[in-house]
Amino acid sequence: MSATDYRNLAISAGLVGLVALMPFYASGYVMTLAVTVAMFTVLATSWALFSGPTHYISLATAAFYGLGAYITGLGIDHLPYWTLPLIAGVAGAIVAALVGVATLRLSGVYFVIFTLGLAELIRQLVTFAQVQAGRQGFYVLTSISETMIYWQLVALAAVVWLVGWLIWRSRLGFALRIIGNDETVARHSGINTAQAKVLLFMVPGAAAAIVGAIMAPRYVYIEPSMAFGPILSFQVVIMALLGGTRRLWGPIAGVIPFTLLWEVISGNMPNQTYLLLGVAFLLIVYVLPGGFVGLYEKALHRWREGRAA
Amino acid sequence: MFIIITGLLLGGTYALIAMGLNLQYGVARIMNLANGEILVAGGLAAFWVYTAGQVSPILALFLVAPVAFAVNWLLYRIMLEPLVLRAKSRGALEVDSILATFGLSFIMIGIALMIYGGGYFNYSYLSTRVQIFDSSFALNRVVAFALAALIALALWLWLSFTRPGMTLRAVAVSPENARLVGIDVRRVSALAFALGGAITAMGGALISMFVTLDASTDGVIFTMKALIIVIMGGVGDIRGTVIAALLLGIAETAVGALISPGLTLAAAYVLFLLVLLFRPQGLFGRTTL
Repeated sequence: MSATDYRNLAISAGLVGLVALMPFYASGYVMTLAVTVAMFTVLATSWALFSGPTHYISLATAAFYGLGAYITGLGIDHLPYWTLPLIAGVAGAIVAALVGVATLRLSGVYFVIFTLGLAELIRQLVTFAQVQAGRQGFYVLTSISETMIYWQLVALAAVVWLVGWLIWRSRLGFALRIIGNDETVARHSGINTAQAKVLLFMVPGAAAAIVGAIMAPRYVYIEPSMAFGPILSFQVVIMALLGGTRRLWGPIAGVIPFTLLWEVISGNMPNQTYLLLGVAFLLIVYVLPGGFVGLYEKALHRWREGRAA
Repeated sequence: MFIIITGLLLGGTYALIAMGLNLQYGVARIMNLANGEILVAGGLAAFWVYTAGQVSPILALFLVAPVAFAVNWLLYRIMLEPLVLRAKSRGALEVDSILATFGLSFIMIGIALMIYGGGYFNYSYLSTRVQIFDSSFALNRVVAFALAALIALALWLWLSFTRPGMTLRAVAVSPENARLVGIDVRRVSALAFALGGAITAMGGALISMFVTLDASTDGVIFTMKALIIVIMGGVGDIRGTVIAALLLGIAETAVGALISPGLTLAAAYVLFLLVLLFRPQGLFGRTTL
């Protein structure tokens, strides 16, 4: 590791520390927003770890999230609380591996379609199982406060960044960048492309399931149509792409403005959230293909050139 | 027997919808995830025409088809062609078109909610019973199936035996080589996309005759079903599409009748998973992906 690496690590750790102190000076409403921002930061950053280099668009976030929430709902009365996020993480990674094995050998379209329906599939199965068992949902009654949820999410975000940074520096990260540039070349240079993709897909799978497990106490009552709401997947895709996936800090640059905008629009005009999603997608494709990171890099490039001349 | 015939009747309409998507993806190379919203829009149009003017949904087809054709042609020319032109590879085009058509689908839902207020819509047309073998079926389902079969047959004849149909098939096989023999690929792609959209919208008008539709949530479900059928049948394979659609119709009806109506999409998914695992090239496909 170089001196720059140490410097960046120290700066990042300092920033995470600052953010973690927020409950001591922010008001209740700001904290509610902060929890949402922290949640989407974890989801979007882990999403970008996989989809950034491979260009596979995953819409499975809601499926993993709901899975995690249900693990907390099922286990809260029987197991100590701290084990639940861990179980959720393992379960998320296993489901991600299964989905990955089934679809990641094929082209990207199959993957998108499969993940698009995955949340709906699991929702139908869970609903069916619950109807058979004669119930509709679960109460999650705990003493866990919003501040606790917030700290868990910030810690998880720090872990995701660290994992992302380590992967980027590893052989796996290098292999993924080659796959992203040209999969045929990657295969010809002896990279097991399917295996690399499946391994990487387990990261957002585990992360989203842990987030679901952590967030479950906030809902109090968990039922399928809420835990597996498909909009979540789309929000995550938009936030990550809006921020940009080429840098580790890119997604959060999309998470903060989009969460605030979403809050305003869903509060005042709940029916127009669909229009917001649609416009955001078009904006990403036609105006900001590299996200805010792309804009930043372009500006940086121009500034350096200007200085050289 | 009841399940099989109901399934076949449902599958007939599915086949039409999937053919629309197949044209858009197979010829124009656009993975159109707003396909289901176009379908719902076609259904809404039939609903409006019927409730406002007591015009039969069958006559509404003659209105829906040209309007949907024009709208989809404009969508391709304005929205999607720039993506085709800037794409460096097939994969890059797929990612762009997936994101752009997702945007389109959400905007269409937003507009539908704004105008219509959301929620379910249905109407009662030809809801008398007819006797087939020893069971009775709603006449609207039978009529919808017959019309879907007629339109699909016309499309197949047009694709197989006319010159413009042949240019479409040529572009589907190889856009690069089609250019070498003097085919205007951009024009043909726009035509295929518009035609696909018109066929999907007609399928929507037919489906609205016997299914209650929800303007905000049903689009994506029909998109998924159409995609599953196209992948099962193989891209560009009309025979495969028809058989896959009928299979899906039967599987859904059987699961809905025997286990639970809440599991119909799960049934479609199991079929999809089996195809992905064992025949990713489609039921009758031979080329490897």
